[in-house]
Amino acid sequence: MSTAETEKQSTVSASHEPMQPAICRVKQTRRETRDTFTLELEPVDKDLHIRFQPGQFNMLYPFGGGESAISISGNPAETRKLLHTTRVVGAVTRALYHLKPGDTMGVRGPFGTAWPVEKSKGNDIVFVAGGIGLAPLRPAIYQVLANREQYGKIVLLYGARSPEDICYRREIEKWSSRLDVEVFVTVDRADAGWRGNVGVVTTMIRRAPFDRLNTVAMVCGPEIMMHFTILELVKRGVAEQNVFVSMERNMKCGVGLCGHCQYGPHFICKDGPVFSFDRVKPWIEHREI
Amino acid sequence: MVETHSLETIIKEHPFFKGLAEPYVKLVAGCVTNARFDPGQMVFRTGEAADHFYIIRQGRVGLEIWSAERGPITMQTFGNDDVFDWSWLFPPYRWQFDARALELTRVFALDAKCLRDKCDKDHDFGYEMMKRFSTIMIDRLEATRIQLLDLYKTATKKPE
Repeated sequence: MSTAETEKQSTVSASHEPMQPAICRVKQTRRETRDTFTLELEPVDKDLHIRFQPGQFNMLYPFGGGESAISISGNPAETRKLLHTTRVVGAVTRALYHLKPGDTMGVRGPFGTAWPVEKSKGNDIVFVAGGIGLAPLRPAIYQVLANREQYGKIVLLYGARSPEDICYRREIEKWSSRLDVEVFVTVDRADAGWRGNVGVVTTMIRRAPFDRLNTVAMVCGPEIMMHFTILELVKRGVAEQNVFVSMERNMKCGVGLCGHCQYGPHFICKDGPVFSFDRVKPWIEHREI
Repeated sequence: MVETHSLETIIKEHPFFKGLAEPYVKLVAGCVTNARFDPGQMVFRTGEAADHFYIIRQGRVGLEIWSAERGPITMQTFGNDDVFDWSWLFPPYRWQFDARALELTRVFALDAKCLRDKCDKDHDFGYEMMKRFSTIMIDRLEATRIQLLDLYKTATKKPE
């Protein structure tokens, strides 16, 4: 796969009025884990359909509470239903957490590059997610599974802090029960009641069933976790240009104007958040960036 | 018991023994037996003599430590093709943890004394074994370090 081609293909432009939020109504808030929740939103304008590609994000604006970049975690095929999964880490996400069904808020986007789902057809796909990093990958999983016959093996490796911290548990169980998807879940720590795997997600890469020469890996999680995941994938023989990561920096404008999310020569909001590893490799290794 | 020649083939093809010279494969094969553990069955317990190490052919094993307050705490699980553990290699040759089969698990059990004797007699063979175990120890140490970071607690995917 040509990296440049993939990135170009996966880049989409933001809406025509990128600084003007669309008004959306909260349909429901779903608690995923003790500190993680999913907001389901619907545009107030009945004719408005928000089309996005897996991996993109929106700027969410609880009125009076500030604005924050949150990945879209829903199904790209559902254009009237926007899902965003996040955790309470600051003022904006706290304001989002306290929204009630029927409340309205602003949404700008979708912004950024997408996972190379289309370009990966014919390959094995390995999703590696850590913690809430499963949220930006979930739209890609939906899209791949909706076109299952066009891909080789599908593997999901998911690591969480503990059994209680597993996101989208019911959905993971559903994927696990499929005969055409390999799902491996591991937690960093567990008590006696847990019968699943214990250990970091990177240890699962070496025995995951995929063809290293014909694999596209999509990785999302804390940066340290992604760093070690990439090392293991490359050690296993996956080409660097076939490993994709979703990067995270402080995004403000969402369209590459303000410079808050500059990452070496890139703006994460515009050139990312999804990058092939070979594009960001020089910058990942610089701790000042 | 599997016939010796097929055991040698399986050993030779196992990632842990990859590249091991033919005579050494024979040495290893001479110390191997098959074993199986039912779900929940202990493979070994803390303080027992570490007289074997194990290669999982199929199944899953959890490495545990017992806590009076919390009961058995699983620190790590092993799956197909994983090698565990290394207390057999160093005095006092006693297990430091418990190991329990989490499902029906079939393993190769390698006789520790048999292997230690062969390593002592043939230092080149001993070096080959040490190299392989060092790699496993480094991998486990690295994984443990990452585990200790508690990444998913401290990481904020969405800085604000």
